[in-house]
Amino acid sequence: MSDKHDAGGVPTTGHVWDGDLADLANQPPKWWMLGLTASAIWCVVYFLYYPSIPVSNTQSFFKGIGGWTAITEMEADKSIVDEVRGKYEAKLKDMTPAAILGDSELTEYVTRSGKVLFGDNCAACHGQNGVGTIDKQGLFAPVLRDDDWLYGGTVGDIYASILGGRQGVMVAHKDTLSAAEIDTLANAVAASKPTSTPLFAEKGCTACHGADGKGMAAMGSANLTDSVWRFDGSVEGIKRTITYGVNNGDPQARVAVMPNFQAAGKLSEAEMKKLAVYVFKFGGGQAN
Amino acid sequence: MNDELENKEMGTVTTIYHEFETWKVNRGEKTIHAKRMPGFFRTVKNYTQLALWLPFFLVPYLRWNDKQAILWDIQNRQFHFFNLTVLPQDIWMLSLVLLIAAMTLFGVTSVASRVWCGYFCFQTAWTDWFTWLEDKIEGNPQARRKLDDAPLSLDKIKKKGLKHAIWMLIALLTGISFSIWFVDAFQYWNNLVHLNLPRVGWVVLAMFFFGTYILAGFLREQACIWLCPYARIQGVMGDSQTILPTYDVKRGEPRGKMRRGVETGATQGDCIDCFQCVQVCPTGVDIRDGQQLGCITCGLCLDACDAIMDKVGKPRGLIRYASLDEMSGKPAKKMYQHPRTMVYLTIILIALSGIVYGLTHLGSMTLRVIPERQPLFVTMSDGSVQNKYDFKVLNKTDKDLHVKVSAEGGVSGQAIIGAETPLLTHHGRGTSFTIFVKAPGASVMQEVTPIEFRVEAVEDPAVSAEYTSNFNGPKR
Repeated sequence: MSDKHDAGGVPTTGHVWDGDLADLANQPPKWWMLGLTASAIWCVVYFLYYPSIPVSNTQSFFKGIGGWTAITEMEADKSIVDEVRGKYEAKLKDMTPAAILGDSELTEYVTRSGKVLFGDNCAACHGQNGVGTIDKQGLFAPVLRDDDWLYGGTVGDIYASILGGRQGVMVAHKDTLSAAEIDTLANAVAASKPTSTPLFAEKGCTACHGADGKGMAAMGSANLTDSVWRFDGSVEGIKRTITYGVNNGDPQARVAVMPNFQAAGKLSEAEMKKLAVYVFKFGGGQAN
Repeated sequence: MNDELENKEMGTVTTIYHEFETWKVNRGEKTIHAKRMPGFFRTVKNYTQLALWLPFFLVPYLRWNDKQAILWDIQNRQFHFFNLTVLPQDIWMLSLVLLIAAMTLFGVTSVASRVWCGYFCFQTAWTDWFTWLEDKIEGNPQARRKLDDAPLSLDKIKKKGLKHAIWMLIALLTGISFSIWFVDAFQYWNNLVHLNLPRVGWVVLAMFFFGTYILAGFLREQACIWLCPYARIQGVMGDSQTILPTYDVKRGEPRGKMRRGVETGATQGDCIDCFQCVQVCPTGVDIRDGQQLGCITCGLCLDACDAIMDKVGKPRGLIRYASLDEMSGKPAKKMYQHPRTMVYLTIILIALSGIVYGLTHLGSMTLRVIPERQPLFVTMSDGSVQNKYDFKVLNKTDKDLHVKVSAEGGVSGQAIIGAETPLLTHHGRGTSFTIFVKAPGASVMQEVTPIEFRVEAVEDPAVSAEYTSNFNGPKR
């Protein structure tokens, strides 16, 4: 406080420092006091209205007189979303996946809204957006975006695969084929020309993979003439598949299991239909 | 303040405060009851205010092709201007319009100071109309002051009641007129009389009702002095070349009362200290103190002073529109020698050409293509490479159109899948669809190949749009 100015009659706190330094006892401004009081009142109202304080030893808490809970607020928000979705959901409930695909508006709805469903239920194995996942055996779960389908690529086939799951079997040939024979066959298959070696027919490969080596959708045997590989397209990888087989209990065998989603009971029928259409629209689906 | 001291201290901090003792700050303690006097600037002001604000009340009722001619349809996110419909995608032009408005404000202010405030501003206009009513109902300023101080009586209640009722009516009409720029005017009136407005409608109406009533009825010049941001920034846009209402100090001083029969020509200036300039001022400033924050440069003091000068037989223009340069005897410069005005003018021209370009190149369709990013491409069973694209087509015409999709560039042998039949695009909004492009693996030579997509309406080939994207393939 400068000596030149008086304090306008405001009293000081009474204490003087350094001989001339005193503290004025000014009241806080009125607006500030009003704000402080209002905040205090607001706190009390807030405390009483909303859930606030735990009640000791009861694992409970004061619920608040407003009856607000996070879950009711979420439900209220969700009902708004459900209302928008409702008209589509009601429609596709009783339609076949193929019929949904025939309705461009419903297809658009499914492709836009199916992302979460796919992410929650399919992406763990098939990868985000169905790009497939890789583990030490090669491809762990198939790529869903290409047009190579072990069990058929119509939307009905895809729906059946989701509904019932898939588990193909290939026997191990370590005891029936010699190393040289396996080597010959693996090289022919790697070149996408399995029929180029007579061994293919002689050793019974045609029983499952067909006389032309193109596989059979009914049993899920792989098409050996195309450029898409279920596990590993290298000669070494193919040798391993031939030697130990698939899903046959052999400890070295390849494992390829699509779970049965109907039995799991996790998804509703409508959700599985939506997934079938969603996967079909990845770009590899085949027309009926 | 003597000149010698002023010159010595010029440019130091103390000069800023040397008038501190005489500063008069209008804090709004007293209602300003300004006198209304006829005159040139009074007439100009009447016309400019009506020219700008009468359309505000009337234009929304204009119809065009059975629709409101000018409508900011916020709900449907469209702006209708006669034949033209502007969608949010073209709203960048609005920013140019706002830029022009701002630069016009700046430019005009640099030439002739706060013209906007004095002649056009809604605060000035509505206050002017409100005080005009006050003048008609309660009488001249003297009578008004007397009525304010008088104890409550039937006469006072009658006069005040009538005044406030009409004020509120104007305020209500203001709120309605603002609202109907954004919703259909006739529908709005229909909803209003049935008390059937949506909540946001009531809120806007209430805001404008109370805003008008309080700002024009009570706050008045205080809004200009401490509320309005424009008032503050406009002050810095003028310089010594800017013309503004100025009191000719050399001619007027020393001021003094006129006495009958006494010749004062030699010792007294032309100002007879009649205070008419102060009494007519709507913001209550004394122009003789020089340009100041409170002055909205409305020119009413010029009218008042000229009338007095005529009466006392002295030449007009003791208070006149003049620049500081002119007052200090410097030669007046030409307009083109005023750099800041030129800068503002240039910006206006650039923005204007932007709008002209925008309006002539609006186009009736836009296309955006977003390539799928995970995965970038898929290898198909026959070895071909497939890319997935999300098309977003905005159809700005007023009817649904079917479009066919084609592509230029890209990879040889590519095929477009998903647009075998023309695709439907809804009018007035965006439509999305998925398009695949598949190309033989052998012809995909590089990881990234540019590809230009084109959509073209089947119904009208002139309606089309292009977008350049990429075709992705494996590493080679």
